[in-house]
Amino acid sequence: MEKKTYTITSSEGLHARPCSLLVSAVTPFQSDVTITYNGKKANMKSIMGVMGMGIESGAQVDVEADGADESEAIAKVDEIMKQESIGE
Amino acid sequence: MTNELTGIGVSDGIAIARAYRLESPDLTVEKRTIDDPASEIARFESAQSEAADELEAIRKKAEENFGADKAAIFGAHLLVLNDPELLSSVKGSIEQGNNAEYALQQAADTFTAMFEAMDNEYMRERAADVRDVTKRLLAKLLGVHVSDPSSIDEEVIIVADDLTPSATAQLNKEFVKGFVTNIGGRTSHSAILGRMLEIPAVVGTKSAMDAIEQGTQLVVDGTDGLVLIDPTEQAVHDYTVKQEKFQQDKELLKRYVTESTKTSDGQHVEVGANIASVDDLPLADKNGAEGVGLFRTEFLYMGNSDWPTEEEQLEAYKAVLTAMGDRPTVVRTLDIGGDKELDYFKTPDEMNPFLGERAIRLCFAEPDMFRTQLRALLRASIHGNLKIMFPMIATLEEFRKAKGMLLEEEEKLKADGFAVSESYEVGMMLEIPAAAVIADLFAKEVDFFSIGTNDLIQYTMAADRMNESVSYLYQPTHPAVLRLIHNVITAAHKEGKWAGMCGEVAGDPLAIPILLGMGLDEFSMSPSSILKARSQIAGLSKADWEGYIPEILQMGTSEEIIRFVQDHSK
Repeated sequence: MEKKTYTITSSEGLHARPCSLLVSAVTPFQSDVTITYNGKKANMKSIMGVMGMGIESGAQVDVEADGADESEAIAKVDEIMKQESIGE
Repeated sequence: MTNELTGIGVSDGIAIARAYRLESPDLTVEKRTIDDPASEIARFESAQSEAADELEAIRKKAEENFGADKAAIFGAHLLVLNDPELLSSVKGSIEQGNNAEYALQQAADTFTAMFEAMDNEYMRERAADVRDVTKRLLAKLLGVHVSDPSSIDEEVIIVADDLTPSATAQLNKEFVKGFVTNIGGRTSHSAILGRMLEIPAVVGTKSAMDAIEQGTQLVVDGTDGLVLIDPTEQAVHDYTVKQEKFQQDKELLKRYVTESTKTSDGQHVEVGANIASVDDLPLADKNGAEGVGLFRTEFLYMGNSDWPTEEEQLEAYKAVLTAMGDRPTVVRTLDIGGDKELDYFKTPDEMNPFLGERAIRLCFAEPDMFRTQLRALLRASIHGNLKIMFPMIATLEEFRKAKGMLLEEEEKLKADGFAVSESYEVGMMLEIPAAAVIADLFAKEVDFFSIGTNDLIQYTMAADRMNESVSYLYQPTHPAVLRLIHNVITAAHKEGKWAGMCGEVAGDPLAIPILLGMGLDEFSMSPSSILKARSQIAGLSKADWEGYIPEILQMGTSEEIIRFVQDHSK
């Protein structure tokens, strides 16, 4: 299992656009990818699961990937987070 | 008789055109028991793939009409359509013997309920996205035809229950002159789109779809939130004149966006915006707001399912302060009670709620709730130029008590290692005549005053501002009101403090010259009024109006004062 922690920096938090980017990015991976915020965990391939958490700017989240391509999945999340200035 | 509808005006201007109704198709779902889940799932998947094709086509169209940024929402809709949580919920339900329509409806209800229960308005409005996607899918399953707004080819005003994002993306903006909807608020799609396209929009009329037939002539006044149905020739004429005037004014006012507010004799006053959330800031910026003179925090609390937490509030305050940067931001602590209520907290039942346990009084009755807000504000203070303002202060003891609680929380936060700005200010809203009378005593203890005129007038005149039969007593230029305001400004200046105004009078063209003459330092108003106020101030000499004040303060009636202002403004 691979895990990484981020602070969300996009000014509006994880709203529709950043959510779409992240969900689209992890969907092709085989691994289960989850995001944890405030003690609650959601499937990161589910836009409703992620948006439903109401993650605001400045929030700390954990992203975990578990499966055959877990490192690649985390690397992809990392790339999107930085490239799109969503989190760091 | 001309029928009128009132709603929330969310995008300024006047539109005159015929109504185009966007019908909501009948998507009534019946529950059936099925005995071949596998083929039901196949039926669902085929509907899903048709809906996906349709959405992809809409996404392309939206990209052409509005650009890639706005079209991105349909990328999100495609993700909702393929959402694993949604699909597994639907399929699970089908496997239990439910028909696909019913299974989908149940899943959609669960997700929309989740968004609707969230504590920020943006997220609550996202329930509309989920509903939009699931309706499209439901229409496919039911074989119901959905109307095609992209076929509009003449000037129309769209009338709808609510504007779905996919409907808005299909609208040909060349022909759409305005919107009227039954439901919606300031951040609903119709509101955002109306402002983006700069066309008038009135939302939340409740009954537009019942009252307006296809093709009926309409006048939409997005400034006043008014819709005239089948107006008289005279009304059409009047509104056409108003429309032309609005367009001309708008063009002329644009040059004031980047200028600071200066009188003709070179004196600077600040013109800021009243806002209710970070979502209002783009409009404030577009109109060149020099600050936020009133951030109404009650909207964080209203429509929420529970008290907002310290962290939730911190994020909201931080977002506004960060966006405003060095520009001053006056945040008013919770002001509920009176006409503003919460779903999760019963404000006291009172004979006279406006004279009852509201605003700061309620905060003292619920100290934990109040302290949570103070802590969130103090923690946010390092992100901008914060000024904290307590509403409804009547006595010195109240101000001291509120400030004392603030300082206690500051001590605690610092002890816990949190940073708090050294330069935030603490002031009060001046809206009770008793406080205005002893403004000189308050001025020694506050950092600033902000005059709230709606309540100050209502309390001074002893006239309920919601009561139509005494509305003639709502007189912003009544001599008593003006003397109180003058007293407040003079008292502030004597102690080297500043005085602002965040009530509606600050944007009233008849009051502005007087307030300027009295030396008001800051005028705060709805963002759409800023440029007009700035252009008016640019044409006024502060020295002249200072000179008129003694004379004005001796006048006996509001009417006399108004006439004086009109005569001397020419």
